[in-house]
Amino acid sequence: MGRMAFVLRRLLMLVPVAVGVTIIVFFMIHLIPGDPARTILGIHATPRAVAILHRQWGLDRPLVSQYWLFMDRLLHGNLGQSLYYGVPATGLILGRLPATLWLVCYAAVLAVLVSVPLAMIAASRKDGIRDHVVRAVPLLGLGMPPFWVGILLIYALAIHVRWFPVSGYGTGFGGHLHAMFLPALTVAIALAPVVIRALRASMLTVLGAEYITTARSKGVPRSRLFLRHVLRNAVIPAVTVLGINIGFLIGGTVVIENVFAIPGIGQLMINSIFQRDFPVVQGVTLVFGVLVVLVNLLADLSYAALDPRVRFDR
Amino acid sequence: MSALSLPGLPGPAPAQAAAEHAAPRAARRWYRQPALMSGLVLLGIIVLAAAAAPLLTPYNPIAQNLNATLLPPSARHLLGTDQIGRDTFTRLLYGLRTDLRIAFIAVLLPFCIGTALGSLAGYFGGWVDTVLMRLVDIVVAFPFYVLIIALVFVLGPGERSIYIAITLVGWVSYARIIRGEVLVAKRQDYVLAARSGGLSGARIIARHLLPNVITQAIIYAMSDIVQDILAIVTLGYFGLGVPPPTPDLGSMINDGQNFLTTHWQLTTFPGLAVVVVGLALSLIGDGLADLIRPGAA
Repeated sequence: MGRMAFVLRRLLMLVPVAVGVTIIVFFMIHLIPGDPARTILGIHATPRAVAILHRQWGLDRPLVSQYWLFMDRLLHGNLGQSLYYGVPATGLILGRLPATLWLVCYAAVLAVLVSVPLAMIAASRKDGIRDHVVRAVPLLGLGMPPFWVGILLIYALAIHVRWFPVSGYGTGFGGHLHAMFLPALTVAIALAPVVIRALRASMLTVLGAEYITTARSKGVPRSRLFLRHVLRNAVIPAVTVLGINIGFLIGGTVVIENVFAIPGIGQLMINSIFQRDFPVVQGVTLVFGVLVVLVNLLADLSYAALDPRVRFDR
Repeated sequence: MSALSLPGLPGPAPAQAAAEHAAPRAARRWYRQPALMSGLVLLGIIVLAAAAAPLLTPYNPIAQNLNATLLPPSARHLLGTDQIGRDTFTRLLYGLRTDLRIAFIAVLLPFCIGTALGSLAGYFGGWVDTVLMRLVDIVVAFPFYVLIIALVFVLGPGERSIYIAITLVGWVSYARIIRGEVLVAKRQDYVLAARSGGLSGARIIARHLLPNVITQAIIYAMSDIVQDILAIVTLGYFGLGVPPPTPDLGSMINDGQNFLTTHWQLTTFPGLAVVVVGLALSLIGDGLADLIRPGAA
């Protein structure tokens, strides 16, 4: 099976998942207890407003045709009208997307920068003191609520020593880099335990491989051995682990954007929840799902392109 | 690899015999597994403290005392008081009680549903497997926090919604793990023997496969409870969790955030409590994993 066929196959596999994602997002409205329109609009809703929403969402039609209506609008880029702002939800979400994407990429880079050295330190002397210390990191890290870590970082590095702003997005590339360091670091800290664990294990496997023994017996210096042989072969599993946890990475931004007041779609989601702005919450949920599906696709494709050992027959 | 097939044991025969008995012996010596023991002790202390909260503190977690707001830590108020004069240590203990109770109940349904569906998918394969695994793909397409928050929003805040949301999202991991284990185990001789003996599929799964694969799900459940506690605390932080005034660690952190510069203890200690619970459960999970796979770190 050639490269093109692999890409096509992977794209085809996307279809059922994408359809499933839209079905779940569509069904959100039917999880609302009672009459969705009445519940969303609150007790002071006029019968007319309720009737308008009913017609807009097609609630008076059978389920299948409701879904068709939803999909027809979706394919035209229409996520419905924001109940709070009275503008199309699509525009609101697209305007907020850059900040979220920034945070996700920044956090992924920081997570790698934090995890790779720590995993190398641990793997370089298995069962040594340093290994035990690094292995304790995930034990403590897994139980840390990300928003709490964010608050503590704000207290320590933004209020106490004033190195970073307390909140906000900054302007320009340098401004983003500076203003979003703490939020990105917070997400990275939440992600690091999982990555460190996987990376350490994969490095230990690589260290046991025959080509490493060969390189050692040839007298390759330790530093070169680690950088050229171990790291290169261990990074692919690390990228895979990041890929598997991309949902966690992206989901973490919902929480963190609200702690640091970053104008991304995560903040939009929580704000819309408090404004009971159902179409926007629904739209953001869909965009998050699509984002994860696309990033996973990208990871799979680049993985196949980067690693010559990946074969295209399955 | 068993713990006892070490070089240095006298003669091949005893070594082999010992290796054959290694698994049950390891199971019997669970109390000598340091990670597992320390995790169990730690969790025991936390659960006991949370359960005995009324005995450990004289204060009521929801009674306000506007004459004693934002007091610093002292002998009378170990962690001080919050903005409406409630004792922080008391609320911490009762908050642990709330969050631990919800997390331990919330993990049960996903565990059972995921294990059942995963073993069916793994054992029978075919269209059952295809349909279930596609469903898993769809659910994991959503970021965990996003789906939980969205579900709790549409269902309305509160404990019942948390259970439903965590069940709808959480079963997939168990289904994946158990399916993978069953796929391997069903090719083993004992399953083939049971099958050629004419036992029904249901009986083979329940009596022969599940006892052998369930440990993996239990190990995963430890980290899953941690994740559920984080979700519950996060929902509480956003005001979507258990409604006030019921003490909850997430809403405590949120309340304390407003007084961060002057009363850092209000935010720090509820979070630390979550970290310690996470540590205990992670230790238990790691210890259990070591017990069934000795040597693997």
